[in-house]
Amino acid sequence: MLSLIGIVIVIIGFVLRMNPLLVVTVAGLATGLASGLGPLEVVAAFGKAFITSRYVAIVWLVLPVIGLLEHAGLKERARAVVAGLRAATASRVLLAYFAIRQVTAALGLTSLGGHAQMVRPLIAPMAEGAAENQYGELPQSVRYKIRANAAAVDNIALFFGEDIFIAIGSILLIKGFLDQNGIHVEPTQLALWAIPTAICAFVIHCTRLLLLDRQLRADLAQESKKP
Amino acid sequence: MITLEHIYWLAGLMFAGVAIVNWRDRSNRRRFNNTAFWGVYAITFLAGSYLSDLANGFLLIVMVLVASIRGLGQGAGESATREEREASARRWGNKLFVPALAIPLVTVLGTVFLKRITINGLPLVDIKQVTVISLAIATIVALAIGMIMLKPPLLAPIREARRLLDAVGWAAVLPQMLAALGALFAIAGVGNVVAGFAQRWIPLDSPFAVVAAYAVGMAVFTMIMGNAFAAFPVMTAGIGLPLVVQKFGGDPAIMAAIGMLSGFCGTLMTPMAANFNIVPTALLELPDENAVIKVQIPTALMLLGANILLMNFLVFRH
Repeated sequence: MLSLIGIVIVIIGFVLRMNPLLVVTVAGLATGLASGLGPLEVVAAFGKAFITSRYVAIVWLVLPVIGLLEHAGLKERARAVVAGLRAATASRVLLAYFAIRQVTAALGLTSLGGHAQMVRPLIAPMAEGAAENQYGELPQSVRYKIRANAAAVDNIALFFGEDIFIAIGSILLIKGFLDQNGIHVEPTQLALWAIPTAICAFVIHCTRLLLLDRQLRADLAQESKKP
Repeated sequence: MITLEHIYWLAGLMFAGVAIVNWRDRSNRRRFNNTAFWGVYAITFLAGSYLSDLANGFLLIVMVLVASIRGLGQGAGESATREEREASARRWGNKLFVPALAIPLVTVLGTVFLKRITINGLPLVDIKQVTVISLAIATIVALAIGMIMLKPPLLAPIREARRLLDAVGWAAVLPQMLAALGALFAIAGVGNVVAGFAQRWIPLDSPFAVVAAYAVGMAVFTMIMGNAFAAFPVMTAGIGLPLVVQKFGGDPAIMAAIGMLSGFCGTLMTPMAANFNIVPTALLELPDENAVIKVQIPTALMLLGANILLMNFLVFRH
């Protein structure tokens, strides 16, 4: 029971909007202490876990080149390209990216995307550019909404595409776990049964994306009513 | 052989560079806090593998204290005006996309081909880490193309990296911290306690109730842990295998596949999955750090409902 204290701390911390780094650290230390480790042992366990998780941060290596290209006008160029396409709308740009991202992830190409590499420098400016093209200068709130949607597309298309590829981490984890429990399944079977959910994800989220243009129009109408 | 360790050195050098640029930036009132934060982070990359676990733990605590109590600041912001960037965009045109698109392209090529290259019978790269290593190599290739093409000052990349990294701030480290928290949860056996709760408190006497409990349990526990991979073994051992498979004769492959995807629905709804949900809000400079989660919740809930129905129809077909 006491080992759940970390979860309680995390929930309270997030609700009170305290600094998440601090919340997570306190939750980790409390969980370790509750499980019977000594104070120094907990710090060491945390340090070890932090060091073995460093691979998570490798994505930041893209920042020097992305920053350089942004300085040279990459985002502005991405906007201009979309501005040249008359049929482009924020919805359609994001729909196209959703389809490409989900299909390539299903083929195992999960690295063709990402928030730092694709969404910030290319996809979000393109979607914003398409909306600007239609409606002129956009209020900040509308820009924020388009950007949040661009980030969500990257996540959803990735999550519900990658499991169709047989050599992806989650499939291998499932296989390994079932093997340990004496149940033997083929990765192809697991990948096959990820397809129905993938189709549902596509239908559900793309329907919502199609409605996004209408929502943006409503937001803009409301913005213009404000004094 | 190129291993993850070499990539960590590279990242360590970048974070050290960011710390130094911060140190020299007088436009940031909290520049020494930023220097301390990124400097210590650089040490964990350059020397973390050689320091004791305890020393690393204290470095981590120093970073957390600097970020949460002293607070990080930001320098003067954009390095070029909008007009300058628009003029540059007109000048370079679509060539600007070449280095940007080289990142995913080289990463994908690397994951496919680097595995096969051997030198004197030894693989060129650590096969188990080929994706991460390919990504790092791709960033170097892209940076080289960008430098040759744009001919900026030599230190421009590190200055630009500093600008972006300071915009993201401490959120850049949050995913790694949460991964560490997950490891501590595992040591403390948090998962077993939660699975025990689920078994005791939820009425599990019909196939549909069991399927729903398993899928919802995967989503909720993923929200707590921030990671479906951590939730899967716990929920599947606690509810999936004993009830869905053994008691009601469900198909384990179908259950596991859709169960994992139910967990992914949870990932979409939690700030604990910081790299997917919180980091992009920082990267996209959104004032509301839950903005991405708010967009994702309707899709996640509808998809979770779809998963429950799918699992209910498919898993007992035989």
